[in-house]
Amino acid sequence: MSEAILTAKNLKRHYEVKGGFLKPDATVRALDGASFTLTPGKTLAVVGESGSGKSTLARVVTMIEPPTEGDLIIGGRKIGPEGASGDRDLRAMVQIVFQDPYGSLNPRQTIGQTLMEPLLLNRPEVSAAERETRARDMLAMVGLRPEHFERYPHMFSGGQRQRVAVARALMLEPKILVLDEPVSALDLSIQSQVLNLLMDLQERMDLAYLFISHDLSVVRHIADEVLVLYLGQPVEIGPKQAIFEAPRHPYTKALLSATPVADPALRKERIKLEGELPSPMNKPQGCSFNPRCWRRQDVCTKVEPELQGQGHCFACHNPIPLDETEAA
Amino acid sequence: MALLEIRNLSVDFATHSGQFRAVDGVDVTVDEGDLLAIVGESGSGKSVSMLALMGLLPWTATVTADKLEFDGQDLRTISARARRRIVGKDISMIFQEPMSSLNPAFTIGWQIKESLRKHTDMTRSQRQDRAVELMRQVGIPAPEKRLQAYPHQLSGGMSQRAMIAMALANKPKLLIADEPTTALDVTIQAQILELLTGLQQETGMALVLITHDMGVVAETVQRVQVQYAGQRVELQEVGGLFQNPHHPYTAALLAALPERATEKRLPTIPGVVPGQFDRPAGCLFSPRCSFADARCIAQRPSPAGPELGRALCHYPLIDGQPTGKESAA
Ligand SMILES: Nc1ncnc2c1ncn2[C@@H]1O[C@H](COP(=O)(O)OP(=O)(O)OP(=O)(O)O)[C@@H](O)[C@H]1O
Ligand SMILES: Nc1ncnc2c1ncn2[C@@H]1O[C@H](COP(=O)(O)OP(=O)(O)OP(=O)(O)O)[C@@H](O)[C@H]1O
Ligand code: SF4
Ligand code: SF4
Ligand SMILES: [Mg+2]
Ligand SMILES: [Mg+2]
Repeated sequence: MSEAILTAKNLKRHYEVKGGFLKPDATVRALDGASFTLTPGKTLAVVGESGSGKSTLARVVTMIEPPTEGDLIIGGRKIGPEGASGDRDLRAMVQIVFQDPYGSLNPRQTIGQTLMEPLLLNRPEVSAAERETRARDMLAMVGLRPEHFERYPHMFSGGQRQRVAVARALMLEPKILVLDEPVSALDLSIQSQVLNLLMDLQERMDLAYLFISHDLSVVRHIADEVLVLYLGQPVEIGPKQAIFEAPRHPYTKALLSATPVADPALRKERIKLEGELPSPMNKPQGCSFNPRCWRRQDVCTKVEPELQGQGHCFACHNPIPLDETEAA
Repeated sequence: MALLEIRNLSVDFATHSGQFRAVDGVDVTVDEGDLLAIVGESGSGKSVSMLALMGLLPWTATVTADKLEFDGQDLRTISARARRRIVGKDISMIFQEPMSSLNPAFTIGWQIKESLRKHTDMTRSQRQDRAVELMRQVGIPAPEKRLQAYPHQLSGGMSQRAMIAMALANKPKLLIADEPTTALDVTIQAQILELLTGLQQETGMALVLITHDMGVVAETVQRVQVQYAGQRVELQEVGGLFQNPHHPYTAALLAALPERATEKRLPTIPGVVPGQFDRPAGCLFSPRCSFADARCIAQRPSPAGPELGRALCHYPLIDGQPTGKESAA
């Protein structure tokens, strides 16, 4: 097992929002205390409802935004609330790919220009000829053809554009790739091309992935470890096997049971959740999941549960007993 | 008699680079209480064919059909007025882009109640009660308050649910739901799908569900229609489709599901859907099909019988094997 390339400890990101007429200012606790590590060659998947803080986590890890609190240690160097703005090399180590293969590429730039741009901005010492060579190599690496170099994004399919986005993210030879819903906008047939590409590149370049997805079948295929976020907090984290086959936190279990399975022969019992994700501006007392939880006890509305365990951790006062956690 | 019957529907768009055929001879049949899913590659004409039925395409579109009948009425020939009485009442549609079908200038409540006013003779207070009930059914908390909200004041998921509420307002006989749950979380999605199938059971509402989520298909519908490049390539009952797909595209699509993967590398479909200028002369799937031969490249296939899922293929698959090829192998 190789050493962690990134360690996050109690990472928080809060936003102050101005109140309007008759509304007080408020704090949005978008990310509220996440701890995890990323390891070369491994994938940590992050799942959770819309608004649970997945993209916020992605922005903090990519150093687009500094953490409000907590430690982020990348390649042995610590990034505090002051951010990493000055440190080019550190920022180059972590790159991000966004969901939308249409919006994330500049329509006025050829694919070649798009690929060379990160070098132009971050590695001015690299000669123009060398820039082009590296961009062409990368194009081949992601399975695109040499003639694509001169073309514009509108001439490509969704999957091809997402390949370009991955290629661009790899131009600075990062150690960590943050993938925020990288295949959600793609057709099934194209999704598998991009997932195969990501798995190949990870193996070849020993990349660490932070893979955000709401599609649990994709997560199950690609992840080594899974982190379940609820209202900005990890409620469960552990090896993929444990999370899928023996989830201990009620929210994880509910999420798994709500996910439709592509097999008509298998119609399963659903756990019905009441209510919906409360606002990160005004979290419930005690366990944040308690208003929707069917295993709630008195203590749950008073005391916030802490993430506990070794390897497979969960934050719950009344976790699902091991003998009840049948395969989901 | 079927509730909806569409025969040989084609839609052509006039574009600056010439005519573009988005829907190419599609048939759709929906019975009362039917649950039908339409699946297929992005751009395969799923939305356009349903918008054609609703009469909601722009003037650049030319729609032709041998038959376009709803509840015994010929939609090709009825007056605009008669059509408006049907569309929005007996047929309603949840659109793929939720924001585009809510009017930003009016509150959610006004829009739901206006639709009730147009199509029913409910009193004002009955309309208010019905609006609250609908909002509650689609899982919107504090519905009285939310009725007073303007669309931009709701999150994406919330406005999608408001749209669903609006589509259900007049108890349609046929609901066309175009990706109704894509902006929703799985927990809310499960609740919405249960609501829709519940309505089908209680009121006999028929549902046409357009989706790319094969999990949703497997758990929600009875029959599945698969489209590719503007054509229907397969129609089967859901169990059979997943177990024994007869068209090579369906088979390839299902093989790409991560949950079916037997190894780390996932099966893919090489290439892309044909566009305006590279539509093949023969089978439209032939450039990407692993079973294609000279006949496929030269000649358009015609649909097989119902026992073979009406597969639009010269060599429909049985248990993954092409049938009807000369034993040249
Ligand atoms: N710049 C900001 N200012 C104020 N609030 C913000 C800001 N960015 C995010 N938030 C809030 O923080 C919470 C978490 O948002 P985030 O985008 O991280 O969620 P997510 O898990 O990525 O959701 P989705 O699945 O919808 O992409 C949300 O309630 C969001 O409204
Ligand atoms: N107004 C229009 N003018 C010209 N072409 C159009 C127009 N609307 C749709 N098309 C084209 O018609 C084809 C079918 O589009 P449609 O929206 O029906 O696809 P779809 O199967 O619903 O795809 P998706 O899964 O992405 O929603 C596409 O190639 C699309 O670009
Ligand atoms: S702590 Fe209590 S309320 Fe929270 S998830 Fe566990 S059982 Fe449910
Ligand atoms: S007709 Fe030929 S190319 Fe087309 S789907 Fe069938 S086997 Fe494949
Ligand atoms: Mg996000
Ligand atoms: Mg569509």
